[in-house]
Amino acid sequence: MAPIIIKNIRQDFGDFNAVKESSFTIEDGEFFMLLGPSGCGKTTTLRMIAGLELPTSGEIFLDGEEISQKPPSQRDIAFVFQMFALYPHMNVRKNLSYPLVSQGMQRAQVKAKVDEVAQILGIHDILNRPVGGLSGGDRQRVALGRAIVRDPKAFMMDEPLGALDAEFREHMAEELRALHDRMNATTVYVTHDQLEAMQMGDKIVVMNNAVVEQFGTPQEIYDKPATMFVADFIGSPSMNFLRFEGAVPEGARSVDLNGHMLGIPRQMQGASGSLVFGVRPEHVTLNDSGTYRGEVLATEYLGTTQIITLATPNGELKARIDSAQVARVGETVGLGFNADAITLFDESNGGALRSELNDEVLAHG
Amino acid sequence: MSSFSVTEPSRRAKWFAGTLVILYALITMVPLAWIMLTGFKSPSDAISYPPKVFFEPTLEGYVNLFTTRTRQTPEFLAANPPENWYEEIVREYDMVIVGPSKFGERFLNSVIIGFGSTFLSIFLGTLSAYAFSRFKIPLADDLLFFILSTRMMPPIAVAIPIFLMYRQLGLSDTHLGMILLYTGVNISLAVWLLKGFIDEIPLEYEEAALIDGYTRFQAFYKVVLPQAATGIASTAIFCLIFAWNEYAFAVLLTSGTAQTAPPFIPTIIGVGGLDWPAVAAGATIFLLPVMIFTILLRKHLLRGITFGAVRK
Repeated sequence: MAPIIIKNIRQDFGDFNAVKESSFTIEDGEFFMLLGPSGCGKTTTLRMIAGLELPTSGEIFLDGEEISQKPPSQRDIAFVFQMFALYPHMNVRKNLSYPLVSQGMQRAQVKAKVDEVAQILGIHDILNRPVGGLSGGDRQRVALGRAIVRDPKAFMMDEPLGALDAEFREHMAEELRALHDRMNATTVYVTHDQLEAMQMGDKIVVMNNAVVEQFGTPQEIYDKPATMFVADFIGSPSMNFLRFEGAVPEGARSVDLNGHMLGIPRQMQGASGSLVFGVRPEHVTLNDSGTYRGEVLATEYLGTTQIITLATPNGELKARIDSAQVARVGETVGLGFNADAITLFDESNGGALRSELNDEVLAHG
Repeated sequence: MSSFSVTEPSRRAKWFAGTLVILYALITMVPLAWIMLTGFKSPSDAISYPPKVFFEPTLEGYVNLFTTRTRQTPEFLAANPPENWYEEIVREYDMVIVGPSKFGERFLNSVIIGFGSTFLSIFLGTLSAYAFSRFKIPLADDLLFFILSTRMMPPIAVAIPIFLMYRQLGLSDTHLGMILLYTGVNISLAVWLLKGFIDEIPLEYEEAALIDGYTRFQAFYKVVLPQAATGIASTAIFCLIFAWNEYAFAVLLTSGTAQTAPPFIPTIIGVGGLDWPAVAAGATIFLLPVMIFTILLRKHLLRGITFGAVRK
């Protein structure tokens, strides 16, 4: 197991720039998520680490060694494909043995190793079956087994749960996470599902349009988004954006939204022009004494909480409130915001303004 | 399946389909059966009218096919009684066997040239189809079209230039010349068919093999080739059938050493005209290799080996 350092890697396919100079570090033993919408370059990044694509420029360090131009067979990295890619002309045991045979391992040793892995994954009873007739979950386990059987330095997983039924996904996600914790293997995992990323990842890189938008722990990314894209992409419902024209000086503790002073974390960066007041739905409260008001457009009952959609002078807003609270469609209600959890964005570049809340995160992102 | 199933064909549909298949089989098998039967007839039975379906079978045709014979004087015949069953057969015509015919040689030529060119076509075809399928080749589409265009006229249209070229190069009437010629004709078919099959094989298998520590070439022959077995088998059958049955070039370019069976068989002359039973016997034996080859590869033709391994 080993850390992976990505330095300024770039990938061009002809005129198309799939990944722009990107850098991040994957610590030893981390479960690392590459998250983003389809076409954002996350799979290309993963394939560059594995060696299935060679970067146009930049460096990749695995365990201190620069590997960016090495063939995959010399990298000692395992890869779990979205479609599993089990060798269809071999049975389960042969599929699992294949990476070991290529290393010239003794037959008895191969058998012992395969049996051990099959035991871990609970697939010892299907070892002699052809892969064609296996269920999705079993194929997934065989694909994982083929990856872990040779104790590689790191695992790459390309949406490994994407091909499974929704019901089974959650179960498999838990199994995967448990397997990771047990082996403590450096794992890079590509997904477009933000819930999956939050649920499983130690760290997340959010990519969009070939660039890294933010890199941090799930909590940092959720609470302290570095860009409007991240704030919008993560969370369901996503962060509310109340747009306004104005100026925020450095050191400000409040912001003027249509004449209403709303509290914000102490700003460490001033800005003016088109600004955005970003607040997560759970940081909005219904508060009769609030001067900032909105009209209730719709309510969605979710059991313990409800989502209320409101029309405000600065745009639509969603609030997640206790389902015991009463909100009627058509009513105008006063709103309160949790001042410590607000992020201001500069709409012209989509970036978050630095404040006491996110300073530390933005400094390394 | 219950009798109300939507997807399961009804009994009547099955009967109808079965009858149709059997009828079709009968129609296509009659000429074959005719040739095979004629091979076991005596010359007079073979040309009798109305044709005989029931007759006394004889191996005369086969003996004539494989031997050369001469007529002898009664004294010679009396002095040398027949030593075995095939001698006895020819004695009925006052003849003795003086040696083997050229059929064996010609048949062997067919085997060498047919299988040789099939192997070469498949070998070159698989490699180039793989390259066209997997690598970024400049002008790939134009090259593929060029390869296909070699089949846009009947090969025999260029018979004269090839004849002159082969004479100049010393390839006339050689095994190598015929193998190269048939490979040249078959290669475009092989590249196109195999490219289609290889395109169908998901790239992930090779990538998985690369990740598992194999080189590109190992990934090709350990993972791609087994997957392409179905395609290779059917392409090989097509190539073999063409090379095996080819007549026009064989007549034109071969006369002795490298002559194949198709131009040879009709030249088998018997007593007083064509020896039809011998010709039929030759045709029957000639059919066997392609039949056996097809039966051997049938498993690959029918089996969809990639079924279910990748979810699409």
